[in-house]
Amino acid sequence: MSNFFEKSDLSRSEAENIISDTLQKCDDGELYLENSKSESILLDDNKIKNSSYNSDLGFGFRAISDEVVAYSHSNEISKNSLKQSSENLKSTLKSVKGTYNHEIPKSNKKYYENINPIEQKSLNEKIKILNEVNNYLRSKDDNIKQVTANFLGEQKSVEIIRSGGETLTDVRPLIRFNVSVMLEKNGRKETGVYGVGGRQSYDSYLKDDNWKSVCDEALRIASVNLESKPAPAGEMKVVLGPGWPAILIHEAVGHGLEGDFNRKKTSAFHNLMGQKVASEGVTIVDDGTIDNRRGSLTIDDEGTPTEKTVLIENGILKNFMQDRLNARLMKTKSTGSGRRENYRHIVLPRMRNTMMLSGNQTQDDMIKAVDKGIFAVSFGGGQVDITSGKFVFNCTEAYEIVNGKIGSPIKGATLIGDGPSILKEVSMVGNDMMMDPGIGTCGKAGQGVPVGVAQPSILINKMTVGGTKL
Amino acid sequence: MVKDQEFLEKKASYCLGLAKKLGATESSVIVNNSVSETVNFRNKKLDESNRSDDLGISITTYIGKKKSSISSSNLLDDNLKILIEKCVETTKNTPEDEFNSLPDKDLLAKEVKDLDLYDDTHIENDQKIDYLKKLESAASNDKKIVNTESSFTQNKSNFILANSEGFCAGYKTSSFTASSVTVAKDEKSMERDYEYSSKCFLKDLDDAGELGKQAADQTIRKLSPKKIGSEKIGIIFDKRIAKGILSTFASAISSSAISRGTSFLKDKVNQKIFSDKINVLDKPDILKGLGSRNFDSEGVKTDTLKLVDQGILKHYLIDTYNGKKLNLKSNGRCGGTSNLYFENGNISFKDLLNSKSKSLYITETIGHGSNIVTGDYSVGATGFLVENGEFKYPINEITIAGNFKDMFKNITLANDLEFKYSTNSPTMMIEGMVVAGK
Repeated sequence: MSNFFEKSDLSRSEAENIISDTLQKCDDGELYLENSKSESILLDDNKIKNSSYNSDLGFGFRAISDEVVAYSHSNEISKNSLKQSSENLKSTLKSVKGTYNHEIPKSNKKYYENINPIEQKSLNEKIKILNEVNNYLRSKDDNIKQVTANFLGEQKSVEIIRSGGETLTDVRPLIRFNVSVMLEKNGRKETGVYGVGGRQSYDSYLKDDNWKSVCDEALRIASVNLESKPAPAGEMKVVLGPGWPAILIHEAVGHGLEGDFNRKKTSAFHNLMGQKVASEGVTIVDDGTIDNRRGSLTIDDEGTPTEKTVLIENGILKNFMQDRLNARLMKTKSTGSGRRENYRHIVLPRMRNTMMLSGNQTQDDMIKAVDKGIFAVSFGGGQVDITSGKFVFNCTEAYEIVNGKIGSPIKGATLIGDGPSILKEVSMVGNDMMMDPGIGTCGKAGQGVPVGVAQPSILINKMTVGGTKL
Repeated sequence: MVKDQEFLEKKASYCLGLAKKLGATESSVIVNNSVSETVNFRNKKLDESNRSDDLGISITTYIGKKKSSISSSNLLDDNLKILIEKCVETTKNTPEDEFNSLPDKDLLAKEVKDLDLYDDTHIENDQKIDYLKKLESAASNDKKIVNTESSFTQNKSNFILANSEGFCAGYKTSSFTASSVTVAKDEKSMERDYEYSSKCFLKDLDDAGELGKQAADQTIRKLSPKKIGSEKIGIIFDKRIAKGILSTFASAISSSAISRGTSFLKDKVNQKIFSDKINVLDKPDILKGLGSRNFDSEGVKTDTLKLVDQGILKHYLIDTYNGKKLNLKSNGRCGGTSNLYFENGNISFKDLLNSKSKSLYITETIGHGSNIVTGDYSVGATGFLVENGEFKYPINEITIAGNFKDMFKNITLANDLEFKYSTNSPTMMIEGMVVAGK
């Protein structure tokens, strides 16, 4: 745990006094302190291209009165700097007369260990594995023209000090290991990317030469794409594989169920609470409490313990995801979804691990039920316009389905759909729910946060596939 | 107040001195400070104020051909000492790479021209609030507008780039940015659109009323969109989307993508990749330019480059490392392009709309559908059906797809270029793309 006041001319009790003085007539607010250490080691083009280390320290001071948020951040943890921030907040919130809400739920549960993954493996060991990855892949297939592999490791310590001195802390480890390969055959180039990660040590993911399976998967995707033909264009049936394709859930409904957009009535879902928004059998939760997952948090960035929030239950819209501000204004409770990229940013309601739960059908039956359509197995990323509800995601591995059978692989294409109606088009839900491998980052208002997704195989009756073949 | 040159230089020379003492044969350092003040409005009321004061330092140390780097926001000397020790230690343990080095000394910028990038004017939050009130009042004039959000940011930055070869330079920049996002609603649909203005000088910023009205008009015209069938059709890209196609071109000619062999434009220098009429320039010395600079992020001087001359690719964007690998000299593009633009075409916007009996006018795309390895392009899109030069009705939930190799050869540009961003394009028509809809 970091001691944020150790090398500062500002003592903890002085900081507490400034916080309490600034926030006394505000409805909410806190001082958020953060110290993060991160590393990146990259192998590319047969060489260790980059070894870098970052250490970031700073605070963000927030005061809220009714709907208005005043925020100020700085890298300098000093008496002057905190006082200047306090003055900034006070000048924005000139005539406040609220009552500070001291209530914050408590929990002793922790969803990851207090470790620093960077220190748990030496630089030489990491470099050795990256070189092994390169040699392993290049010896496997003569068509490999490029291999990129990298380690990303982080330890983030946060401390939240509320008015009155109440303090909440968390230490969050996070790692990622990625492999990307490019194949070239007969003048054609294709890539394949795969990765693993979460809130444990590197070795938890790489032990027993596990890195080989990451390499194999990246190579397999690139090989499939090398044989791909142009994707079809137009509306058709789509079968999504389990796991990472749940980006669909994240984009199509996840963002539209975040509290801020619904309080502001700018989400296509804002007037659908309690209504049927998905087919029967479709249940979607957002869960911050799964051990060691990338999207899990012991407490959110306002200090609220995370939970498993049911968003859609058997087709009916049940809950939005809330931070403290939006929960208060919508007269409900925070779901522990208040997150920020780092101390430079304000808190927003965000997803954690967004999951569609299993049904009882099989993927085979879904494929058999499709005359003409596509089977999408892996995705690059997605995006949504929460107001119109339209969302997209990009396939990185997909096949055509002809008369109930999987056919040729098809080139990467964008799929587009309508969030509020897409889940009503889900006609089969598989029994094979799977978590993604731990690689997702969600962007909102310029802030990236680590998230997870999960889903079983599903059959969607109608989606527009953005290929080039008419 | 943003930190002055003296403070940043002192930190930089402390780091270079310490790196040398600890055994680095060469080193470079960037120190920067950026102070931003933002006010946000929503539905004509104050919603958020945000002040940020960001300090940052990044140091790269070399021991012969070994290299490593660190960065931090904590500029206290004892923290920097710990980090530089760690950096030098990591450098020792990182394998050699023959292409690692500081830029050639003769390529470094010799002079720092005043490009008029800093406006000392300070706009108080109360003045920002006045601007946003005017903006939001114009934006919410029409009853169909149900939500308005707007924002005003003042940013002042300063930096110093220094290296062990004696290079040490930096300068202040400023920006003033206002934006308006509106949501409109009718019985059938809800739509969102935006308008934005960003300038180095406060006095050049767009009028608040104009900005708000434009955002509202652009949103209202999107209401009650239709979905169209799948077909091959001419596509007209609004300037704000056309600039994205130019950015994709820039990433495909970056020396790192070229040297790694992961670009569809590899080995295309001196070959025709666009039609005859297309010229692309990257001009770093535009006064008050949003992308203007005296040197790149390694200190190499940046001259104007005509990247594409009459359809022929003339240069890659080259930094020191990848330049050495490709046996080419850096042309000062470490960190990317400066003010990148397509030169004007020779027909008017109106004539472009009129050039086909039926086309699609795209105002927004979503998704990350540009693949620079293969050149494949497929994104979600929103826009309007254009018939005989007139906007007929709004369209959404479609995708547009093609391959850049073909798309580039089928570009026609209008003559309506303006310098609104750092990368700019006139309105652009591309023939032969596929729309997927119903």
